[in-house]
Amino acid sequence: MAFFFEVVLGGLLAGVLYSLVALGFVLIFKASGVFNFAQGAMVLFAALTLVRLMGWVPFWIAFPITCVVMIALAFIIERVVLRPLVNQEGIILFMATLGIAFFLEGFGQTVWGSDIYTLDLGIPKDPMFILESVFDGGLLVDKLDVFAAAVAGALVVGLALFFQKTKVGLALRAVADDHQAAQSIGVPLNYIWLVVWSAAGIVALVAGMVWGAKLGVQFSIALVALKALPVLILGGFTSVPGAIIGGLIIGMGEKISEVYLGPIIGGGIENWFAYMLALIFLLFRPQGLFGDKIIERV
Amino acid sequence: MQFTRLALGLAGAASIAAPLAFSAPAQAQNEQFVPALVYRTGAYAPNGIPFANGRKDYFALLNARDGGINGVKIVYEECETGYATDRGVECYERLKGKGPTGAAAFSPLSTGITFALTEKAPADKIPLLTMGYGRADSVDGSVFQWNFPLTGSYWDAANILMQHIARQAGGADKLKGKRLALVYHDSPYGKEPIAVLEEASKRLGFKFDAMPVTHPGVEQKSTWLQIRQNRPDWVFLWGWGVMNSTSIKEAVAVNYPREKMFGVWWSGAEPDVLPAGDGAKGYYSLALHVAGAVAPVHQEMIKHVYDKGQGAGKKEEIGEVLYNRGLMDGLFVAEAIRTAMGKFGNKPMTGEQVRWGFENLNLTNERIKQLGYEGLAQPVKVSCQDHAGVHSARVQQWDGKKWNFVSDVYRANQDLLRPMIKESADKYAKEKNIKAGCVS
Repeated sequence: MAFFFEVVLGGLLAGVLYSLVALGFVLIFKASGVFNFAQGAMVLFAALTLVRLMGWVPFWIAFPITCVVMIALAFIIERVVLRPLVNQEGIILFMATLGIAFFLEGFGQTVWGSDIYTLDLGIPKDPMFILESVFDGGLLVDKLDVFAAAVAGALVVGLALFFQKTKVGLALRAVADDHQAAQSIGVPLNYIWLVVWSAAGIVALVAGMVWGAKLGVQFSIALVALKALPVLILGGFTSVPGAIIGGLIIGMGEKISEVYLGPIIGGGIENWFAYMLALIFLLFRPQGLFGDKIIERV
Repeated sequence: MQFTRLALGLAGAASIAAPLAFSAPAQAQNEQFVPALVYRTGAYAPNGIPFANGRKDYFALLNARDGGINGVKIVYEECETGYATDRGVECYERLKGKGPTGAAAFSPLSTGITFALTEKAPADKIPLLTMGYGRADSVDGSVFQWNFPLTGSYWDAANILMQHIARQAGGADKLKGKRLALVYHDSPYGKEPIAVLEEASKRLGFKFDAMPVTHPGVEQKSTWLQIRQNRPDWVFLWGWGVMNSTSIKEAVAVNYPREKMFGVWWSGAEPDVLPAGDGAKGYYSLALHVAGAVAPVHQEMIKHVYDKGQGAGKKEEIGEVLYNRGLMDGLFVAEAIRTAMGKFGNKPMTGEQVRWGFENLNLTNERIKQLGYEGLAQPVKVSCQDHAGVHSARVQQWDGKKWNFVSDVYRANQDLLRPMIKESADKYAKEKNIKAGCVS
């Protein structure tokens, strides 16, 4: 029984890591209706920038510089890619983000290199055991995953306050609801997009830091975005809490499936099982668990 | 007016093209084209780059120091595969016909690409060098006439690792009742050793768990939780790229001793252990060669290539495990060309002639010393019956800063493996309707 709880706990904590990436997708989709395929590339670019800067300056200087770089990147994306495409079909904006993804992956590696860079944030990596009085030997927990969960929790609280309690947040919600209506009442669309892409850039930086500390900063962390997709399908593209709950369900589901179903059908199933789980949810709730219900008037 | 512009344009184009048209073939007549399938970007770049640098540097050294091979200059061209099989095949098609005699040989550095090219190479008459990777049954040159898995296959590697843990346990009979887990990259590469380990499990009476990890291997939590649950006596690691360092980190996270983990020779380089920091201390892997800039060829490289600003990488990276492996790959291609020239004359060789060179390659200790590979390469003698030429490796251990040999040279048990190789090769020949036999 202890092993089962360990798998569940491991899955939940892994799910939080997926949620960190999914949050960036949600932010941009919520405010602009754009599915930003480049979020994974932004995670890589942000982490590479931070870790290479840390080669010259300490973390407390490198971190704000990287934030500035990500805001500058948001500015360039808004000016060069999004502004000319205002009011275009969603699929056109999606294709544009596909281009941004490939550009950032290539550009990031060209500027910062393709090696593996160790990112040491001082987070302990040794295992810890909890509930030793309940289970023989206790339940194993990865300290890095616990740290990631705390970071994700803080981010969610911060984003929720930002969306609900600030004027910019209100404007973001208005833009998310209807671009043209928001523009007609004086909400500056371009400014809002700049804000939201900057916020997504900083979320990408935080996700990159956590994943980079876990895996080392290298190209593979761009692929982590693929883990966020089933999370979004399940949690809904427009819900911040949905990204967290979706991450937890996907993380737990894939670990349980790999451990208990994997040995029966050959193993290595967790990647596709996450998508299958998301598809099953899609059959019953196309908008995801927490997504806005789509009502079309004829 | 339009006619005048057209005439001027044609005249201009002709004036540019004419010198090329007449001088290029004359210049290219004495050039040997060597293609390179590399991955300098993508998930596997940290491992692909040092290998590509070592290989490229060796041909640069031959050109700079010796003027090529026996007076024939090497023309070297890379094509980026990203470790993807489809892109690898595309690169092969693009490069195979280049140069006055076509590509000399291909080194795919990917078992997946090797599988795809194994059927194409015989038709195009271009040999495939798969040094320490590729199909294990391609050791049988009577069926796989164009494949050369020099220095050994994954079946050799699995057998050598079994010998090592048996020795540690106090004898093969002591393995009975023990448990071994294979954590492998879920790809043709990772699946290669399973046949040998399953056979050993039946013969020696230990329990064997094969545990796949999906590409690229960044998520292994469930695999390592199972290892924590099952507590195998040993874990063999058959990973590549980020999967290796992630495995070591996950082993730390579940408190599995690194001293019980053994990687194949593609899981034993600096990018595999450095990201895991102190957690990698004590981890073992197989070694096809020494790590470090210890051979005379390294000094030659600095003198003739790097000091002239022509190196592919950084000077301080010379001697890294995968750099050295790239140097060896370059050496084998170059020596196969040289061997072929000994029979066919000092001119650019065709793929078919280079194949002959591979099959008759005989690198003795004396020759290795002449080439400056003393302490780096081991003697290799290839034949039609044995396209690997040598089947041995050592075990090395990471001490936190560098790799150290911790065993003597093991030789894979060919009495055990040969029947398996023959059975598998015969099956392949039957499926593909290949008439087995040695090509003279």
